[in-house]
Amino acid sequence: MTTESKPTIQFTPERLAKVQEIIARYPEGKQKSALLPLLHLLQEQEGWTSPEGMDYVASLLNIEPIEVYEVASFYTMYHLQPVGKHVIEYCRTGPCCLMGGEEVYAHLKQRLGIDTGQTTVDGQFTLKEVECLAACGMGPVFQIREKYYMHLTNERVDEIIDELSK
Amino acid sequence: MATKILTEHINVPGIETFDVYRKQGGYTAVEKALKTMTPEAVVEEVKKAGVRGRGGAGFPMGMKWSFLAKPEGVPRYLVCNADESEPGTFKDHYLMKNIPHLLIEGMIISSFALGANKSFIYVRGELMYVIHILEKAIAEAKAKGFLGKNILGSGYDLELVVQPGGGAYICGEETALLESLEGKRGNPRNKPPFPAVKGLYQSPTVVNNVESIATTAWIVNNGGDAYAGIGIGRSTGTKLISASGHINKPGVYEIELGVPVEDFIYADEWCGGIRPGHKFKALVAGGSSVPILPANLALTLANGEKRLMSYESLSDGGFATGTMLGSGGFIVFDETSCIVRNTWNFSRFYHHESCGQCSPCREGTGWMEKVLHRIEHGHGHQHDIDLLVDVARKIEGNTICPLGDAAAWPVASAIRHFRDEFMWHITNPQEATQPGAVYRGEMALV
Amino acid sequence: MEETKPQLLRVTIDGIQVEVEPGTTILQAARKIGPEVAPPAMCYYQPLKGSGGKCRACLVRVAAGSEKDPRPMPKLVASCLTPVQDGMIVENKTNPQVIDARNGVVEFLLLNHPLDCPVCDQAGECDLQNFAFDHGKATTRYEEDRRTFEKNDLGPYIQLHMTRCILCYRCVYTADQITNKRVHGVLNRGDASEISTYIEKAIDNDFSGNVIDVCPVGALTDKTYRFKNRVWFTKPVDAHRDCPTCSGKVTLWYRGDEVIRVTARKNEWSEVTEFICNTCRFETKKTSDWTIEGPTKVSRASVISANKYRADAIKPSFGQRLAAAEYKPIHDERDTTQLSIQQLPPERFAKLPSAES
Repeated sequence: MTTESKPTIQFTPERLAKVQEIIARYPEGKQKSALLPLLHLLQEQEGWTSPEGMDYVASLLNIEPIEVYEVASFYTMYHLQPVGKHVIEYCRTGPCCLMGGEEVYAHLKQRLGIDTGQTTVDGQFTLKEVECLAACGMGPVFQIREKYYMHLTNERVDEIIDELSK
Repeated sequence: MATKILTEHINVPGIETFDVYRKQGGYTAVEKALKTMTPEAVVEEVKKAGVRGRGGAGFPMGMKWSFLAKPEGVPRYLVCNADESEPGTFKDHYLMKNIPHLLIEGMIISSFALGANKSFIYVRGELMYVIHILEKAIAEAKAKGFLGKNILGSGYDLELVVQPGGGAYICGEETALLESLEGKRGNPRNKPPFPAVKGLYQSPTVVNNVESIATTAWIVNNGGDAYAGIGIGRSTGTKLISASGHINKPGVYEIELGVPVEDFIYADEWCGGIRPGHKFKALVAGGSSVPILPANLALTLANGEKRLMSYESLSDGGFATGTMLGSGGFIVFDETSCIVRNTWNFSRFYHHESCGQCSPCREGTGWMEKVLHRIEHGHGHQHDIDLLVDVARKIEGNTICPLGDAAAWPVASAIRHFRDEFMWHITNPQEATQPGAVYRGEMALV
Repeated sequence: MEETKPQLLRVTIDGIQVEVEPGTTILQAARKIGPEVAPPAMCYYQPLKGSGGKCRACLVRVAAGSEKDPRPMPKLVASCLTPVQDGMIVENKTNPQVIDARNGVVEFLLLNHPLDCPVCDQAGECDLQNFAFDHGKATTRYEEDRRTFEKNDLGPYIQLHMTRCILCYRCVYTADQITNKRVHGVLNRGDASEISTYIEKAIDNDFSGNVIDVCPVGALTDKTYRFKNRVWFTKPVDAHRDCPTCSGKVTLWYRGDEVIRVTARKNEWSEVTEFICNTCRFETKKTSDWTIEGPTKVSRASVISANKYRADAIKPSFGQRLAAAEYKPIHDERDTTQLSIQQLPPERFAKLPSAES
């Protein structure tokens, strides 16, 4: 894996403009504050947070690559491995489980034929187990990108998967 | 009709837009504060209101504001903690999503009171769609002259920045949040120095919860005394309660502090009772960190009086028979719930969310989870119960931040009140590990 | 003891009074009294800015905050970061709660530690070994699998054994403060945290070897010394040379006539006083390269001089023992309305008012 010389990843012009806008939010010299937003931007474009992408972000913020690795690996939202087209992040925490989450998630795994942390062979779905998503009254819950899917049942899960598989 | 301070207009169609919010009396508090009040006067009203931090710690907000250091020539910051991640809590999510301008109005008032010209709203990254809602609302407010340079001709400037988190419960701890906002790992800082002296970028900083900041609009409009007149004793005002679990009507409710727990669970206005055909077994009253209580102690104090939804009444009895109001994450368990499984679940949460900086939390949370996993899966020993209490005790109070306590309390309290259930798991592993098996021994169901 | 100067602060630790400059931490004040009283420090490292507060080994109880405000502090505090106040009373070894907490910290640190001292190069000069000798137990209550890590290669000079790491962050601060570029750091979080470069990279700069000296355990060791000897069979000698890069002041570790290891010099708290360059450390191992100053002063209590752990080696003086014996712990008037497991009454909750229906 080479990371020297030119970055192999480039933000689109629109995103580059967004990068400038984000960096300008913080006081002079505090551009490292833009790291988390930039990593979100990177993942939005690339689908995951690759080492090349992290090196690129480091170069944009003028910080050492290790500072980016340290941060990206601390937070759970950054996928450090390639993922499928749809990443289903289901909440495994208490309140969702009280509302039957464990059964629903078992059905979800069975339906997709994968376990948590895996991606379907066709590259369509990745399953990720996450902690509380702050929607406990509407559990069980999962999230795909920015969208919350609430009050899940086995039937509802099938509908969602059918819809996304089209 | 109970007083609604935050949610009175939340169901008005289009309330998320500036115009509708304004039509409902929105931003009048900003006008009042900026045009007719001094920052000190605003602080004074918030102090009089006695509003306590709604993120969980319950520290008086006015007092926190008064600790803010004000050295010459150094910027001050207000940071709104919208990292809501405590299991059982979803009130800030609800508030920001539905009525974003209320938070923005509160941010303007609070920033003005503290003399901050750049303020941040740190929202957990999972709520990206809420971030878009807030950013849109901020753009609207700015276009109408309520943000930016020389707001309403008052000479006061304010810029609001919405910052996304990256997925870490620990960033709800205020110093971890500041680290994260500086683009670092969410490792809590050792205190002192406190953020009021050295916070964001080493400048004096106040960190307040979404709900706390949102109250300031009402306080400015109606006065601190009016606010203090609502509620009970030192638990002034209203509180958003996130109700979940085995109740008929889960959701977010704004209550006047002092409502009996029993009424909150059973009245149609709120939770609407335990789901049909089931009985009330246990309650986590303030988010997963607070001690769990069996049904009888949840409803009644040790002296037989009714327990109320207030800071004082919920913590009555200390660790022996009480709990805490915390963030208001109200999780109700009926008799089908397995306390051991739930304790393991919560324990796994804290293990997963420990930042790993200090040894008691890093190692102890994992240890507790593993032992609980063993007990839940039929491999427990009788001595495991005392081991868990001892590990919890060695974590509690010995860590850099309160996550250690938050991890220790659910375990120690579950064992304290449901020891027989743990014993049953250990002595009847075959029975206890059957799918859906639940302890049916003697206990106080309501 | 010198005469009382008005600007000095008086602090009492385990019944022994000491006067220190304002800004001094409790740990530094205790070190001023001596090694018998100094709390253990696994992560704090005086020469490194920002270190401390993490391991919780140095927790003490502040029984009285100051002369002006004699209230006790509600929780045990990290002595490495807590500044003393005038009139402060600190309980260290005289407080059972402190000892209990420290025993807990050792237990936590050893949970996932491989306990491979017999094959570890650090044995005999390991802070964790010392700490465990003082506060640990011979048995474990941990039945679970120990944590393991993928191997991470840091280049030709430095060997990383992540399983031994206690995440003190000293090596991270060293790289930040002593070297020109940091390529390693702490990745992941919680008990999955690890020291790593993420993408395999050698730590390569003139001062990188110092991470070995600051490591309190055998997580970072010298590849050029790997498995060569046990430290208690070697003879340390202070030496120096004209070095264009660093001070050139080192300790040479001899086996017979052969220099088998070069390290920076350490003070009695095992802290490096002057960091050295990699050329001195790894590439300059002939006696003829050095001007010998004489044998390194080694504490009588050290395994290096005694060849074994000696419980009797550090003995408080008569005065110190008397002070500790006469010291009466100040009663903890904890606010009992405060929520805490510690205040749990011994009997468990039995039958209280029931609202059964």
